[in-house]
Amino acid sequence: MIRVVLPAHLRALAHINGEVELAVTGPVTQRSILDSLESHYPMLRGTIRDHDGGRRRAFIRFFACELDLSHEQPDALLPAAVVTGAEPYLIVGAMAGG
Amino acid sequence: MSGVRVLVGTRKGAFILTSDGRRERWEVSGPHFAGWEIYHVKGSPADPDRLFASQSSSWSGQVIQRSDDGGVTWEPVGNRFSYDGAPGTHQWYDGTPHPWEFARVWHLEPSLNDPDTVYAGVEDAGLFRSTDGGRQWAELSGLRCHNSGPSWQPGAGGMCLHTLLLDPAEPGRMFAAISAAGAFRSDDAGQTWRPVNRGLQSEGIPDPDAEVGHCVHRLAMHQARPNVLYMQKHWDVMRSDDAGESWHEVSGDLPTDFGFPIDVHAHEPDTVYVVPITSDAEHFPPEGKLRVYRSRTGGDEWEPLTRGLPQEHCYVNVLRDAMTVDSLDSCGVYFGTTGGQVYASADAGDNWAPIVRDLPAVLSVEVQTLS
Repeated sequence: MIRVVLPAHLRALAHINGEVELAVTGPVTQRSILDSLESHYPMLRGTIRDHDGGRRRAFIRFFACELDLSHEQPDALLPAAVVTGAEPYLIVGAMAGG
Repeated sequence: MSGVRVLVGTRKGAFILTSDGRRERWEVSGPHFAGWEIYHVKGSPADPDRLFASQSSSWSGQVIQRSDDGGVTWEPVGNRFSYDGAPGTHQWYDGTPHPWEFARVWHLEPSLNDPDTVYAGVEDAGLFRSTDGGRQWAELSGLRCHNSGPSWQPGAGGMCLHTLLLDPAEPGRMFAAISAAGAFRSDDAGQTWRPVNRGLQSEGIPDPDAEVGHCVHRLAMHQARPNVLYMQKHWDVMRSDDAGESWHEVSGDLPTDFGFPIDVHAHEPDTVYVVPITSDAEHFPPEGKLRVYRSRTGGDEWEPLTRGLPQEHCYVNVLRDAMTVDSLDSCGVYFGTTGGQVYASADAGDNWAPIVRDLPAVLSVEVQTLS
């Protein structure tokens, strides 16, 4: 299972406590993880990436395995540790604003 | 037993304040949607248990929440606001063309008679409508696509459609206000629009009498006399007696005619309320005294209402959507401040008391009169 960690304000929106565990079929990429996440929690659509085109929102970042994946291609394969669930995929609210 | 439910949007969540008809003791619930900006919360006149809230953040964009039980529980509904077709451009602050970009919903206006229909005024200025309780939104693009659209410029707070008034007497007639484009009227349920700004004068634009370009801060209407409109403009308090066809100034003896909100007494169409603010550079009350001004003559002659409001060292602002009135026999008036106070008067403004003092900055205040 893929482990996904959401920022607190999106956990509250989706009524999630703690991590989310997702089954992803096919290649494990940022796009496939977000597709699965949004299908399970439709209220998150538009809050992490645009409805149209799937562009990451400016103040949202994607981390895993101590890497910043925010600028990687959405269809690039993710590290094995994310695929096996050893490491979580982190969706992070950027440190900005107040 | 009658009562009121006050819906407060703030920089960090929504709050619901309830009281019986005496409006002396209040219950406060919230924050709902803690940490999010709540630009507006409003109830359906057709079903008071149905509420809509505009929830947004710089991180995660726009969410629309709906309650079907008067704000006890909420459900996220649709948040896809896509402009019709290729959105084109408006003017940016420096005069260059700038693509229309959706930022947030400023104002939600439920239909007067259908609980499933609700309108959303958005930034960059556009008007959307949902007919399924907020799940799906479609643009009424006749407004944004008016031939003056490419010349519209944002005000300091963004180019927002912040006011929508639905005429209860003329089906299909509605009024919208956009900062800093001006006031617009539709007579065909929002399909087509025309500017209604004749009589406005704004010194900050090249042509003071231009058809568009005026920074209208707020419009108000009395339900029993919808042809009479009141306007708080960037500077100037204005009145129209012909549904916006022409405007004349009614600032009269106000200490300053800059301000944001304006509203009308529920039972007296000539009783109007404003909150004068020092200037566009100094967004706080003159002399540090928080005073609501009331006209009982439809403008020009104004009296300060001070009893119960701070009369020294007060440097808060009252934003455009942050004043409202209830419809109990003794009309209640409510407003919220950027300092987090929500004040209420149960006697049409003669006496005021804070309901709460320490909320986050208040963005909007609405009230529902419950039977």
